Amino acid sequence: MIRLSGASRKFGERDVVSGIDLEIRRGEIFALIGPSGSGKTTLLRLIDLLDRPTSGSIMFDNSPTDGPEHERRTVRRRMAMVFQKPGVLNATVGQNIAFGLQFRGMQKGEVHEQVASVLEMVGLSGLSERRALTLSGGEMQRVAIARAIVTRPEVLLLDEPTANLDPLSTGIIENLIVRVNHERKTTVILATHDMGQGQRLAGRIGVMMEGRLVQAGEIYDIFHHPVNRAIATFVGIDPIRHGIVLSNDHNLATIVVQGTSIQAVTALEKGQQVALCIRPEEVTLSLPGTCAPASSARNCLAGTITRLLPYGPFTRVHVDCGVPLTALVTRQSSEELNLATGARVNATIKATAIHVIPDQEPESPSPHGTKDRQ
Amino acid sequence: MQEIIDGFTQAFQLIVTLNPELLQVTALSLYISLSATIIATLIAIPAGGLIHFREFVGKRVLITIIQTLYSVPTVIIGLLVFLLISRSGPLGIFGLLFTPTGMMIGQTILILPIMTGLVITALSGVDRNIRDTLVSLGATEFQSIAQIVREARFAILTAVILGFGRAISEVGVAMMIGGNIRGETRVLTTSIALETGMGNFGLSIALGIVLLAIALVVVLIMNLITSGALSDSDRIRGGPMA
Repeated sequence: MIRLSGASRKFGERDVVSGIDLEIRRGEIFALIGPSGSGKTTLLRLIDLLDRPTSGSIMFDNSPTDGPEHERRTVRRRMAMVFQKPGVLNATVGQNIAFGLQFRGMQKGEVHEQVASVLEMVGLSGLSERRALTLSGGEMQRVAIARAIVTRPEVLLLDEPTANLDPLSTGIIENLIVRVNHERKTTVILATHDMGQGQRLAGRIGVMMEGRLVQAGEIYDIFHHPVNRAIATFVGIDPIRHGIVLSNDHNLATIVVQGTSIQAVTALEKGQQVALCIRPEEVTLSLPGTCAPASSARNCLAGTITRLLPYGPFTRVHVDCGVPLTALVTRQSSEELNLATGARVNATIKATAIHVIPDQEPESPSPHGTKDRQ
Repeated sequence: MQEIIDGFTQAFQLIVTLNPELLQVTALSLYISLSATIIATLIAIPAGGLIHFREFVGKRVLITIIQTLYSVPTVIIGLLVFLLISRSGPLGIFGLLFTPTGMMIGQTILILPIMTGLVITALSGVDRNIRDTLVSLGATEFQSIAQIVREARFAILTAVILGFGRAISEVGVAMMIGGNIRGETRVLTTSIALETGMGNFGLSIALGIVLLAIALVVVLIMNLITSGALSDSDRIRGGPMA
């Protein structure tokens, strides 16, 4: 649907985004995730053809988009973008939503019908005559989305659509996005700094860091197999550093990290410096003495609880096993196991649940989409 | 002191009895200055729009020049227009000197900088995000400019009203281009200057009161509109000043 090849955008001397290679597939929800200032907005603006790339190219539906402005407008009219700030004009809700249709020269009567139907869809029926600037933040954002989807775009671009909104409004807007994607087969590209939102909505995720797309792929891959430490940290893993591969027998490696020996599945060879990524939900805690005998594919480490942190319905348990581990357990099992700071526990992790990444200094940015395992 | 009291007494008589000369002078003042304001508005909005929306070399310099001209003395504009339209000037063949049309031209030129400058300020006040939104919704350049001008309508209205205020209250152009011919080019400000010189304080005071009353009406209308009492934008578009 949309293909970016080496797309870069400079502001002055500064590369805001650089060397973006990315393919957006028709009908998918693709989330661009990254910390603030990582270039997500700039990339969305390039895709919406609001700005031209300083170098590289963007293909829309296999056609180049570097033509004159009127050609770019024709392509742009097949897309719609919702900005982080709703950009609502000082007019009624209905007038605000009608802009895109008016620009396309639609007849008044039909505009009226379309506006009414989209207001219904976003749950703002009856507010057509309200002055848009008197709405709440969440309602305004829904007006902005209604204004975008009323033109029935093939591609919907959303820049932090729920930043600064309360959880209820966020839920409404997330449902709306999924519905539009589902019912109308609209391709959605969503920029967010909220990892969880990306996980909830998107099929594929691209991670941006400092203007580069450092990894793109299925959600599972990003969350379980981040290609470098920065992404690992961003997706909620504290990588355990300074490991070294002691031996590797058919991809089952023994790794020594901070004096503790751990088994993990990796293709990295003996002598390689590594960091270990272990998702907290992959760590199982049990009482001392109940640890199953360590099989070849299972690590069982004894340790002491250093900290307990409530985390929604779960508890994050920090355990010092020679290496720092974090486990995510339900409140209930936390109570059953009598977990408390200073208590002794055993932590069990499958060798396959440990993601091993090479850990060199300095860290080189990884090419996107490549996988360093098996 | 007695002179002032007598003057006010006479002034009220003139106003209450709707003195024909007073009415005629007032009507001509309004006609010339309103016309100049309308013409200047029709120029200032597109010109301000072009300057604001286009990037070009010397843009900052141009804006600085425009801002400097906010306070150009009226007599300098009078002199300039006089040289242009007097018999021997480049536009002399049209015979515009000492006519209401000549005065309109002069006042238009006088208020154009302040109106253009304030239109630019008004447009800069519209969030950059609005423009992106309109473009991303598929607006052509013209469509997006039209919407942004509409978004800045209250601030632009202020520009228009300030322009009108400067036009109706100026003496330089009216005197030098109009020549203060009774019944033809005599307006409120030039009458006050003349009548005061001749010692007719009553008429001068009456004319002054009328001038202030016009200013008051203008301010009241502006407050009414910007306070949102006339919140329906369609009514504003058909409103008295725009």
